[in-house]
Amino acid sequence: MDKFRMIFQFFQSNQESFMNGICGIMALASTQMYSAFDFNCPCLPHYNMAYGLGILLVPPFILFLLGFVLNNNISMLAEEWRRPQGQRGKDPAVLRYMFCSMAQRAMIAPAVWVSVTLLDGKCITCAFCTSVPVETLGNASHPLLSQGEIQQVLARIPCKEIYNGQQLIANEVAVRYLCCISQALGWCFVLLMTTLAFLVRSLRPCFSQAAFLKSRYWSHYIDIERKLFDETCAEHARSFAKVCIQQFFEGMSTDLVAARCHLPRKTSEDAGEASKKLLGITDQGTMNMALKSWHRCKPPLHLQAPALPSGNGWAGEGQPPVHPSTAQRETAAYYSLV
Amino acid sequence: MDRFRMIFQYFQSNSESVMNGICGLLALASVKMYTCFDFSCPCLPQYNMAYGLGIMFVPPVILFLCGLILNRQSLVMLDEWRRPQGHRKKDLAVIRYMCSSIAQRAMVAPVVWIVVTLLDGKCLICAFSGSMDPEKFVGFANVTPAQVEQLLAKVPCKDDELMRNNTSRKAVSRYLRCWSQALGWSILLILIVAAFLARWLRPCFNQATLLQARHWSNYIDIEQKIFEETCCEHSRLFAHKCILHFFESMRQEIKLHNFNLPREGERDEGEEDLLRGITDQEQVNKLLKTWYYDKPPLDVS
Repeated sequence: MDKFRMIFQFFQSNQESFMNGICGIMALASTQMYSAFDFNCPCLPHYNMAYGLGILLVPPFILFLLGFVLNNNISMLAEEWRRPQGQRGKDPAVLRYMFCSMAQRAMIAPAVWVSVTLLDGKCITCAFCTSVPVETLGNASHPLLSQGEIQQVLARIPCKEIYNGQQLIANEVAVRYLCCISQALGWCFVLLMTTLAFLVRSLRPCFSQAAFLKSRYWSHYIDIERKLFDETCAEHARSFAKVCIQQFFEGMSTDLVAARCHLPRKTSEDAGEASKKLLGITDQGTMNMALKSWHRCKPPLHLQAPALPSGNGWAGEGQPPVHPSTAQRETAAYYSLV
Repeated sequence: MDRFRMIFQYFQSNSESVMNGICGLLALASVKMYTCFDFSCPCLPQYNMAYGLGIMFVPPVILFLCGLILNRQSLVMLDEWRRPQGHRKKDLAVIRYMCSSIAQRAMVAPVVWIVVTLLDGKCLICAFSGSMDPEKFVGFANVTPAQVEQLLAKVPCKDDELMRNNTSRKAVSRYLRCWSQALGWSILLILIVAAFLARWLRPCFNQATLLQARHWSNYIDIEQKIFEETCCEHSRLFAHKCILHFFESMRQEIKLHNFNLPREGERDEGEEDLLRGITDQEQVNKLLKTWYYDKPPLDVS
């Protein structure tokens, strides 16, 4: 139990830092994804905006969902939300706390993606190049070009190699303008997010500190209780399996001895320990038969009866417990007559 | 208990160094952010100043707020400030001390950003090229006022077709960069002198009050950590007891319903304990179902 206690203390004190670590890794992964991504503006009038805004908004949504998926506590939240009330009341404040803390962590990677995208400028340049104010930045009075043609020319701004509107508006001027707007938006977005985070963090102690401490305690409690329950069940399963297998081997050995009419050999005191561990199976034929039986006909999940192998293994569905002791005694009586 | 004591001694000596570490990391992050950031001055008359000054002042605000958010002690200070008085008096000197130490640490990264920006010079060139006096520079002296505004705005853009190989552009750029770097170094010098004086002269004023404030602010920090640790320990023990009670009540329910004779077991007592009286599939399934549908009450008395 000491070992488990140390492990759980480690998890408890470090669960927050573990979740923060995952959060940081996802933020780094999102910047890495952005730099690895090969941005290719289509440079066509109606496709530019869809592409640009799609790259700006769809990956953050994916990262947000991924943030929830990678968070172990989502199943804990769902379980606590859906469980029947029974003898233990449900506290909506605890559920809200759990959801908020998960959502806050999941929001970081999308916010990083949006900031990096805006500060880089390519997406906004691609999406809004057709809306550049040609009157102020270029020569709006350029002859021989209809509105549609102007749009086509402007749509090629992000693609310097094929841009043919240098007389209409210089490519560098337009790109610089759009980049400036994009970076301004980016910094404003980062400032807004940081201010929100600061307000959320600093206003909480001013208003609901007691409720917060309560929710935090009980949400940690639910998590620890779940882990401890899983550990206890695992321990139980281990003991169950051990006893089940022991009973199987004992049953096999009794069965085989009965079938072959071996006289029980008197084992000496010194060999006592080792032969106990052999569980009565001492030759190749017997072992092979034991293995075959284990595969073909597993014992029932019921530790009350000894493992006299029955026809099928699944005797656990509410059958009355067999009384084993009489059968064993009968076998022993048979031997002694011989 | 020994282990806890070691951990808390570590926290005591190192909570200051953890915070200093975070402060240093933020300063490095601010330099890295500046070098990664692709500064592109719009080179348009109305936009230059907004862009240049925006890049110089908005990220420091963000870095300052980040410095406050990442510092655990700010929450502790707010908590202490807003708590109801109750049986423990509040000492404003302690709160002031904590506030000033948090603010000092949070100011490092913004100052680093501003100094790096000034020493690099691009921001100031972008912001103030339009405000230059064209008479001082030969290339801009004989141009109409409307055009001069446009030309001066394009000075930060070296690759612009009008500005390529324009010697007056280089002159304006050098002039502004010189001012920018002078400003940067002066600010750095002033800040370092101020920090030096503050550290040297502090023992001359109110040293006793300072020692008290520092001691009690450390105390509040550690008390908070120990409280959290104790709550964790308590919730673990609570959960352990709750689960044991649950298994026990299941065992009793099974005994009541199944009338199982207690087996004279050849099994050792250890295994018997771990099985807690739950010895077949049916019972295990019932236990797991009850755990979900009807969790035990939070009462281990």
